[in-house]
Amino acid sequence: MNETLLQVKHLQTNFYTENGVVKAVNDVSFAIREGETVCIVGESGCGKSITALSLMQLIPENGKVEGGEINFSGKNLLDLSKKDIRRLRGNEIGMIFQEPMTSLNPVFTIGEQMIEPIQEHLLLSKKDAYKKAMELITMLGIPNAEKIVNLYPHELSGGMLQRIMIAIALSCNPKLIIADEPTTALDVTIQAQILDLLRDIKKEFNTSMLLITHDLGVVAEMADYVVVMYAGKVVEEGPVLELFKNPQHPYTKGLLKAKPVIGERKDRLYTIAGQVPNLVDLHEACYFADRCEHAMDICRMKQPVLTEIAKGQKAACWLYEDGENR
Amino acid sequence: MKQYVLQRFLQMIVILFGTSFIIFFLFAMLPGDYIDSNISLTPQRAQELKALYGLDQPVLQRYFTWLGNALHGDFGYSLKHQEKVLSLLNKYVWNSFFVAIFALVLTWSIALVSGVISAIKQYSWFDGFVTFFVFAAMSFPSFFISLLFIKWFGVDLQILPIGGMIDTGSDSTGLAHLLEVGKHMILPVTILTLLSIGSLTRYFRTGMLEVIRQDYIRTARAKGLKERVVIFKHALKNAILPAITLLAFELPGLFSGAIIMEQIFNWPGVGRIQLESVSFRDYPVLMAFTMFLSCLTIIGNFLADVTYAAVDPRIRLK
Repeated sequence: MNETLLQVKHLQTNFYTENGVVKAVNDVSFAIREGETVCIVGESGCGKSITALSLMQLIPENGKVEGGEINFSGKNLLDLSKKDIRRLRGNEIGMIFQEPMTSLNPVFTIGEQMIEPIQEHLLLSKKDAYKKAMELITMLGIPNAEKIVNLYPHELSGGMLQRIMIAIALSCNPKLIIADEPTTALDVTIQAQILDLLRDIKKEFNTSMLLITHDLGVVAEMADYVVVMYAGKVVEEGPVLELFKNPQHPYTKGLLKAKPVIGERKDRLYTIAGQVPNLVDLHEACYFADRCEHAMDICRMKQPVLTEIAKGQKAACWLYEDGENR
Repeated sequence: MKQYVLQRFLQMIVILFGTSFIIFFLFAMLPGDYIDSNISLTPQRAQELKALYGLDQPVLQRYFTWLGNALHGDFGYSLKHQEKVLSLLNKYVWNSFFVAIFALVLTWSIALVSGVISAIKQYSWFDGFVTFFVFAAMSFPSFFISLLFIKWFGVDLQILPIGGMIDTGSDSTGLAHLLEVGKHMILPVTILTLLSIGSLTRYFRTGMLEVIRQDYIRTARAKGLKERVVIFKHALKNAILPAITLLAFELPGLFSGAIIMEQIFNWPGVGRIQLESVSFRDYPVLMAFTMFLSCLTIIGNFLADVTYAAVDPRIRLK
């Protein structure tokens, strides 16, 4: 297929809290090729959003990227200066956030907020930047662009604002778009529209996309390749079809079972018993062991390594390790 | 918007009448009047004077007499100073005003800058220093810190005058006069600034801290904007919006005088006139000045609402 655009290797992001060090992203590796959509799936608090923010180096103050490499079109982002990172943000990597309602500044108009990255990165004049902003708005299917640019965020609906956010992310023709749960805060009908929009954009501009979500429906619809995260680690990854058809890791299986299927009536949906473990001071073990139906002795003693199980599909689980490796 | 302004304006008039009524009766309830305090008068003479000043009439009647005159712009004569109230106040209020306005501008600029820097460098040594300093400044009683400054700068170092508004016997004019007054103003302005800077700095710091954790700040960074733009455009505008209300409340404070500071620095301000008018029951001065301040308070409130609506797009007045 195409060339690799982004390669994340052994990314490690820690948070220093009062209770101790939280390994929010613990040795995460994945790659995104040009024009590919990679989804990171997992429960709340599994580190998927922090992974995305680590790429942009936008993690909160008490967190720190402490290891690994983020290779993006030939450069390791972790080696870049603040200034170079800033030039990359919004320019080569666009980002869309979860809450469109709070992600735009309430005291500036849509137009003012849209032209900022255009002026900053593409060095257009204010007038040209406005023109470009209006083109983007029209392209994303919002009528009356001339009117919209003069409105304030509170005057638009959530779906509209998310389109504006997408327009901002797209405005400098980025090579990669990171979408952190772009549809979570929206109605179901709007969700579908936004996803369609993202897909169209991807096709039209051949941008790569990193989509963070906990919604397997979104994954099935959007992803080429899926990375499943649990407690800061990648537990399984693979092409979307294989992963859905033939999940390997008990956690992935659980996730897929927990998804309601239309037309199938059940009194109770399947749930994975237990909770995500506290990420402070985790000891060497499979972090999923406590919730796993197939947990064995070794699961509580040693951490499984991500290994290729089927073609292109990797999982980190002792069930698939050969006897001698134990 | 027009309708709102008109509505508020009518409300203001009603409120002013109500305030004048309450103030007048509260002062009338204070025991004694201007004549009673003068014990050298014979009872008969005192009676004559009371009749002359109208102090022997029932309170309600006195109120309406006062109100009638006030509506014609006549606020009467000061009993103590034997001078028209308006010209008396006009003479002193500006002395207080200039000290207050300089202190206000200084307080707000220093508080804004140090509050914002404290917030973006939270828990740094600068933040610690500012926090310590503003709390210390706030905690000193004003008379103590004033006297301390007088001792340091006026007595020990002898670089600043210890009080008054001009040098004794000075008759300088023009620029020399301005410089002279300016020099006398340094200490009072510094003291007033020190006393009020604490709460405002903390206010800006808290406001800024809250704002820089918002999603839209993260968005601004994700757009690749310069950190300077993120902080001073996106964050600051949101952080100072609530402060506009506070600024409008400072309006009456500009004219009210600072009683303690004026006493200590022998500053011929309106605060002292006000204090005297209470202790001597100088009703015309008291009424005129208190009404003036309530006017300013109400106008300040009104301005706060209107400016807030003008700068915060989320608020639309109906």
